Amino acid sequence: MALTLPSDSRQTNSPAPERAGAPSTSTARGPLSDRILHVILREPTGDDALDGTTDLAARATVAVEASTDIARDDDIQLALFLLYGLHYGSLADAHDGWEWHPHLIAARRVLEAAFEAQLRRDVPMPELPEPTAAAVAEALFTLTSAESDGPSLSRFVAAKATREQLEEFLIHRSIYTLKEADPHSWAIPRLTGRPKAALVEIQADEYGGGRPDRMHAAIFAGTMRGAGLDDTYGAYLDFVPAVTLASLNQMSMFGLNRRLRGAIAGHLAAFEMTSSIPNGLYARGFRRNGFDDDVCYYFDEHVEADAVHEQIAGRDLAGALAEDDPTLLADIVFGAAACLTVDGWASDVIVEAWMAGESALRMPRATTAGIGA
Amino acid sequence: MTGMAGRVDPPQIVACPNGPLLVRGDMDLTTPDGEPIERTRKTVALCRCGVSAIKPFCDGTHKAIGFKAP
Repeated sequence: MALTLPSDSRQTNSPAPERAGAPSTSTARGPLSDRILHVILREPTGDDALDGTTDLAARATVAVEASTDIARDDDIQLALFLLYGLHYGSLADAHDGWEWHPHLIAARRVLEAAFEAQLRRDVPMPELPEPTAAAVAEALFTLTSAESDGPSLSRFVAAKATREQLEEFLIHRSIYTLKEADPHSWAIPRLTGRPKAALVEIQADEYGGGRPDRMHAAIFAGTMRGAGLDDTYGAYLDFVPAVTLASLNQMSMFGLNRRLRGAIAGHLAAFEMTSSIPNGLYARGFRRNGFDDDVCYYFDEHVEADAVHEQIAGRDLAGALAEDDPTLLADIVFGAAACLTVDGWASDVIVEAWMAGESALRMPRATTAGIGA
Repeated sequence: MTGMAGRVDPPQIVACPNGPLLVRGDMDLTTPDGEPIERTRKTVALCRCGVSAIKPFCDGTHKAIGFKAP
């Protein structure tokens, strides 16, 4: 069921001027996400039974037990996205009062535990290097340089993607990239010393070095507008599959749990190490379809920026963190491997659909024309 | 730009293993004619393998060609 609050109830008591424009809407994908949407779109009354939160963790357990594949479970991944979204402000219509409600946190922990267990089981782990900055950086560069088995999204974009496919690509990317860098920023106060300085050095660049128009998320928003898409956060939420949400949910889980600080550091290192060359290919695909330098600025910027970031993230963030606390070594490598695995799943869904001549979106945009207008 | 004790931020160049030269701090980056090369970020990576498409900056291609730093 589609849930959008009537405009008068959106006005309650927390105006959010930066969200002016289209209200965010989201459609439930199963009983759990349906219940969570029902809950968070209303103001908490203080009466848990009335608010419908009392059995939320139990409902999460039912969803987890019924699921055969958490990362590709639409209901569970949307539920996680909505619950993490309370910390980011992802859904404009959600009420701020729910962020730390213990019943919502409890439900989130049930879903996180199942999601993490699946990743620990399914993500292939390479041999662990010595816990030195140099050895960890080298191991991460080796891990991220290995060719994946699947077809390459970046090579498809460079050589074959049509304009419509490029739009679908931007829609998939928008779930993370309109919040680019935010999930890793949760780790800043969870680190100390050299790894913290390294993360801040990277994030400062991600956030534009003090220039709001150069924030990577803002540059990406410009790319979306240049391609005729809506840059409102969540405008295309209903169109992306579970695994695209899983990619962001994984980062949120690693970033928001201090015990997983090794994993978020490793995740960022792998993310940066697999960025420069693909972004060069994305730029080629967009230029081939006639997009100008303004639209390609996002990709061009990442070719240069991430060639810097990958060096800092490999040695000074992930490597130094392993050196400072060798007990985090396995999670650092796990976070990197999980990044490659989950983002590989997300890319495979797109490329496989395109190679079959189909849309990579959950539903055709034609039937919902106007959302991107 | 001033660093600790109000002094100029001294340049630091990190020779990344089999990768670029990572440059922090105050430093003039110019063409052979002395024309300034725009530096759009605080920390930059300079190409060391010779095949970057955005020289003098690094674009990560050293990884694709298996560059080994001397």
